[in-house]
Amino acid sequence: MAYELVVIGTSWGGLHALRKVLSGLPAGFDLPVVVVQHRHRDSDHLLVSLLQDHTPLRVCEVEDKSELAPGDVYVAPAEYHVLVEPGHLSLSTEEPIRFSRPSIDVTFESAADAYGARTIGIVMTGANDDGARGLRRIADRGGAAIVQDPSTAESAVMPTAALRMVPEAKVAKVEEIGKLIARLQARQKAAKRPALASEPSRGKPAAGGDGAPPRETR
Amino acid sequence: MHKVAQPPLAYDTQLEQLEIELLLEAIFRHYGFDFRSYAFSSIRRRIWKRISAEGLPNVTSLQERVLHDPQVMERLLLDLSINVTAMFRDPGFYRAFREQVIPLLRTYPFIRVWHAGCSTGEEVYSMAILLEEEGLLQRSRLYATDINEVVLQQARAGIFPLERMQEYTENYIKAGGKRAFSEYYVAKYDGALFNPSLTEHVVFSQHNLVTDRSFSEFNVILCRNVLIYFDRSLQTRVHRLFYDSLVNFGILGLGSKESLRFSQYEDCYEQIASEKIYRKVR
Repeated sequence: MAYELVVIGTSWGGLHALRKVLSGLPAGFDLPVVVVQHRHRDSDHLLVSLLQDHTPLRVCEVEDKSELAPGDVYVAPAEYHVLVEPGHLSLSTEEPIRFSRPSIDVTFESAADAYGARTIGIVMTGANDDGARGLRRIADRGGAAIVQDPSTAESAVMPTAALRMVPEAKVAKVEEIGKLIARLQARQKAAKRPALASEPSRGKPAAGGDGAPPRETR
Repeated sequence: MHKVAQPPLAYDTQLEQLEIELLLEAIFRHYGFDFRSYAFSSIRRRIWKRISAEGLPNVTSLQERVLHDPQVMERLLLDLSINVTAMFRDPGFYRAFREQVIPLLRTYPFIRVWHAGCSTGEEVYSMAILLEEEGLLQRSRLYATDINEVVLQQARAGIFPLERMQEYTENYIKAGGKRAFSEYYVAKYDGALFNPSLTEHVVFSQHNLVTDRSFSEFNVILCRNVLIYFDRSLQTRVHRLFYDSLVNFGILGLGSKESLRFSQYEDCYEQIASEKIYRKVR
């Protein structure tokens, strides 16, 4: 089974880190990328254009029920939670979760539930612990967990919290995260090539038998 | 005790989906509330919030409780309805409405506005203030509806938290307000009581977008951040209801991150502002 979705969460210092990750993605990158960056409500369009300047991928702000298309970058709007559904994104104005809206945990947990082991979750620089629980869930569902090396993060709180919850996560500097994603994809493609015909199609919710490792109850 | 607001990981997601569908079907058949076409990931989160709060292990056990104890249903209903709102929410919307829609409304002898999913009424009062300042309130009638009678009672009372008045004042100014915002309310106990003359032209009533039909023809329909909780099939149904309820060249106002793009009705409207304000053109 191939990866089908990348979710990235960050807050303080995130703009710089996001630019580096996006510009480090390989040419022809073909997974949808959902970005949750905490920020002020008036900065929506600015963030999209600041990211667009650094990548050939199309960057857009999430609208309700946006279709997930390969190689597009979806930025969570300020003041809304973004929930991942099979094949598209929904918005919600529910209360902030641990003071955050958008909440990285909300997006990551819904991604884990909708895409299971087909998810790559990345937590980067930030000044609170949002994202740690969501990344745990992605890892538990068999997805790939990546955390920015806290010693290179503008604010180490968020990546440190994520590593505490997901100690087995891969640790990388921002410059290397793009390459790491490419390597994960390549490894999977190599391993799965003979079994391509039996891949489940996207658009179906992740099932129990989706190739995730055996799950434990807490 | 189950402290997690999350399904345990051993939970098979397909089994869970089946259980949620059965729960929503049971609620509809027993209580008449139809959440069956709500956006799944969001309703799932809120169901688990209730499962955790009740100390239950799974969706099926919540179904048993909901069917045999109406008080559990009441509590779940509160979890399932989202009533986050603000006066002059997204001030840019109200500014655009004032600049681009008001001139069109001036041409009508009588203006009928439907505010669908008005929750506790903050945006209804905002629109009434705007129409008042533009000299149109006297010839307007605002129909403000919500599925939930409890929030409608709050809306009718017109008392909003005093501690939010600073935020609302800022919104009002950004929205192009023409007076001092404090002219519209008096502080009373912990609340700000809004001038009752604002609601002389407002009718608050219960209406369910999922199951009820259109009840009139309108010049303006406002439905902001309500449809995001519906799945696409239900969104399309509600858009048909709005389309059928608007006069020709009527105005549809949506939330700032909502779109007609996925509704099958995109071609029937033209967008007349950078905000989500549309005019029915065919």
